[in-house]
Amino acid sequence: MTASATKTEQGSGLEGFRAEVRAWLDAHFPPALEGVVPMMEGGADGKHAADMTAWRDHLAERGWGAPHWPKAYGGAGLDHAHVRALAQEMGRVGAINPIPLLAGMGVTMVGPTILEYGSEEQKKRHLPGIASGKVRWCLGLSEPNAGSDLASLGTLAEDRGDHFVVNGQKIWTSGADISQWCGALVRTDKTVAKHKGISFLMLPMDQPGVRTRPIKLISGASPFCETFFDDARAEKDDLLGELNDGWNVIKRLLQHERASQTSAGSPGGRKKAGALQDVAKRYVGVDGAGRLDDPDLRSRLTRHLMDAAAHKLTAERIAAEAKGNPQVGAAASIMKNSATGITQARSELLLEIMGQQGFGWEGDAYDSEELSTVREWLWGKAISIYGGSAEVQRNIISKNILGLPETTQKG
Amino acid sequence: MAALNEEQTLIRDQAKSWVTEQAPVRQFREMRDTQIEQAYAPEAFAAMVDMGWTGILVPEAYGGSDLGYLTFGLILEELGRQLTASPLLASGLVGTSALLLGGSEEQKQAWLPKLVDGSAILTLAVDEGPRHAPTKAALTAVKSGGGFVLDGSKTMVLEGMAATFFVVVARTGGEAGSDDGLSLFLVPAEAKGVSRSTRSTADSRGYADVTFAKVEVGSDALLGKLDAGYPLLDAILDRGRAGLAAEMLGTASQAFDMTLEYLKTRKQFGRVIGSFQALGHRAADMYSGMELARSCVEAALQAIDSDADNVAELCSLAKCKMGDHLHLVSNELIQMHGGIGMTDEYDAGFYLKRARALEAIYGNQAFHRERYARILGY
Ligand SMILES: Cc1cc2nc3c(=O)[nH]c(=O)nc-3n(C[C@H](O)[C@H](O)[C@H](O)COP(=O)(O)OP(=O)(O)OC[C@H]3O[C@@H](n4cnc5c(N)ncnc54)[C@H](O)[C@@H]3O)c2cc1C
Ligand SMILES: Cc1cc2nc3c(=O)[nH]c(=O)nc-3n(C[C@H](O)[C@H](O)[C@H](O)COP(=O)(O)OP(=O)(O)OC[C@H]3O[C@@H](n4cnc5c(N)ncnc54)[C@H](O)[C@@H]3O)c2cc1C
Repeated sequence: MTASATKTEQGSGLEGFRAEVRAWLDAHFPPALEGVVPMMEGGADGKHAADMTAWRDHLAERGWGAPHWPKAYGGAGLDHAHVRALAQEMGRVGAINPIPLLAGMGVTMVGPTILEYGSEEQKKRHLPGIASGKVRWCLGLSEPNAGSDLASLGTLAEDRGDHFVVNGQKIWTSGADISQWCGALVRTDKTVAKHKGISFLMLPMDQPGVRTRPIKLISGASPFCETFFDDARAEKDDLLGELNDGWNVIKRLLQHERASQTSAGSPGGRKKAGALQDVAKRYVGVDGAGRLDDPDLRSRLTRHLMDAAAHKLTAERIAAEAKGNPQVGAAASIMKNSATGITQARSELLLEIMGQQGFGWEGDAYDSEELSTVREWLWGKAISIYGGSAEVQRNIISKNILGLPETTQKG
Repeated sequence: MAALNEEQTLIRDQAKSWVTEQAPVRQFREMRDTQIEQAYAPEAFAAMVDMGWTGILVPEAYGGSDLGYLTFGLILEELGRQLTASPLLASGLVGTSALLLGGSEEQKQAWLPKLVDGSAILTLAVDEGPRHAPTKAALTAVKSGGGFVLDGSKTMVLEGMAATFFVVVARTGGEAGSDDGLSLFLVPAEAKGVSRSTRSTADSRGYADVTFAKVEVGSDALLGKLDAGYPLLDAILDRGRAGLAAEMLGTASQAFDMTLEYLKTRKQFGRVIGSFQALGHRAADMYSGMELARSCVEAALQAIDSDADNVAELCSLAKCKMGDHLHLVSNELIQMHGGIGMTDEYDAGFYLKRARALEAIYGNQAFHRERYARILGY
């Protein structure tokens, strides 16, 4: 495998590309940002803010914030192999691409969906802003009475000739209070079956008809909001896909979401803490034979590490079978559940390993590693709920892959 | 499924159609009912030899095709689906690997062509107690004249009744339990002092208990290094483990397919039982588990083929993940079939019984978790 990978690399000039990236990083990546993860609210803390902005703009200039997008829309038109090489070279110097975080749901979900369903004019208008990391998007899908059963949503959009008037309430809208645009799923026809009267609207958040109220989570953070639409306005030009075809648009978008959530483990987590077994050895100690001094934990740790290894090998296998172009589709449900299970198990193990140091909330008794473990553990409970819950993924697998009859009555 | 080349696809398809047409589980049932001692149909093994399967790992110079372990795994997977009985795994993979890894040029020339043409069957005699524990070997080999005298006994030797000769793990030094002082010997089954008896096991596979009573062998019987045979044994076992995992993948796939088929056809409460979410979600988890386990098995086989430095780690991973998965699927096979799964007339029970045996051979899940932890250094 290794031999053939090197051969294709040489064939497609990847080595030259890698050298170019390395030189460019030398010139443009601020060393102070090594390993610095941008904060969700935007940029970085005071110390790094100026560097982060400069770094973002350098990336955007090359189209490397969303490198697989076409050049015409702010990307760099790179194929999968080049995107990977770019990520590897950046990883080598500890450079993190902040643009997918800064753009909210823009790079990972809304953008790819605009690429598929958008008109030329919509692509030109919306994608470059996303790819530059300057325009943040949120997604208004869930409502108080429409969670997993998203199609029962009630937010109404009325046709007023050149625009729509939107009324209703969304909930769990991540980043709504700091986003410039919202991709919203709205009802445009109440007279037909529930999946058939839904449309996907793109609407600006900065207008009198839109109000947001942050919700505080069990982890203490407030990354998402209730979003209220009172006679909010969306232009006709900002309808994505056909009128009343929003369900197909959103199905595709959610596949992109799932595909973006299939890697196990928190970014940077490994680098900070070291391999889980090393953390365990530090806190728990070892016996005379060098074995972790807690046989029960040791066995469960092994199960977890094996699960993680199996997940990684499966991701590689899927990529190899798709000849380097991973398809979003059936495998995404399997991989999402596997990834969330592994990430959550890792958090639980870390907490257990840290013992009494593993439930600190704040203060000097705990180091930053310990404190972030607790917050990540709590935050991680969300990943099997959003993006299609673990149970919903099982429904998808049993129906779409295994061909078992639907279990729920159609409403 | 790994990205296969044309030749591999051809072999896999050939194996699939041969197994389903010529050696389906119905034949395994007949074999079980007649209780033949070798526990396999010689005609079936002869056909495998004709198709070149015994030569898949063997270099062309010794009469084989040198196609590698991943390719061998494709065949074992198909055999595992129908529980096809044969010494292919025990001899064509494990015995052959022993010669490839540890054999001198003379030993390879003497034996490999015979393994390929089916005139010799070579299996590994390693364990002596109820649990797989290669370092616990206590059978002794003592230097005598120009050769050695072997004394002791081995248990649960895979395809031990079919074997024409054995790779015997013997202690030439050190204490039982130590990996130091182990040596491997090639011993013909008809050598004076060798006796064997068949084991009647729940899974109706061929296993033998073999006694070596003061068996004399020449110095040319030593396979690999004297006293330092453990790394060789470990490498042979790892190939066996990866091969077993491939067979288990087939056994589990078939058990799952049978279950899924039943979920789609059996009706209770006015609907097919597969429409009950309590069953559908478990089926979904089994399917996902299968995909994850398959990746481990294929990675282990590929690592052996490319002589990677993490073969041991990946083989333990594959045997363990596949073991856990097969355990689950074989239980659900019975449970989701309700009462009919309990009947001998239905094939489900065969898969359950075979599953537990496969889990145990060359180390169960606990053995491989322990080993994995040691390899990763905790
Ligand atoms: C951190 C986080 C971020 C989010 N960000 C956004 C966002 O940006 N935009 C947005 O629109 N939404 C967002 N959401 C909302 C998310 O999409 C919903 O929480 C999710 O769809 C589940 O809906 P619900 O919370 O109403 O739970 P419910 O649908 O009420 O589910 C409750 C329980 O019932 C189970 N269940 C439901 N239906 C079935 C079924 N058919 N079979 C079996 N079990 C079932 C679920 O699995 C769950 O365990 C976010 C959620 C979280 C936690
Ligand atoms: C050893 C043995 C002894 C027995 N002795 C007797 C006896 O003396 N007298 C007698 O009359 N019967 C006897 N039975 C029959 C026994 O009661 C039935 O096997 C049992 O009722 C299950 O029915 P079934 O086998 O048709 O399975 P099915 O009902 O077809 O079940 C198949 C699978 O579907 C599942 N399933 C079915 N419905 C649902 C649902 N709504 N939701 C979720 N899952 C579901 C089941 O749990 C099972 O896993 C015996 C069975 C056995 C194995």
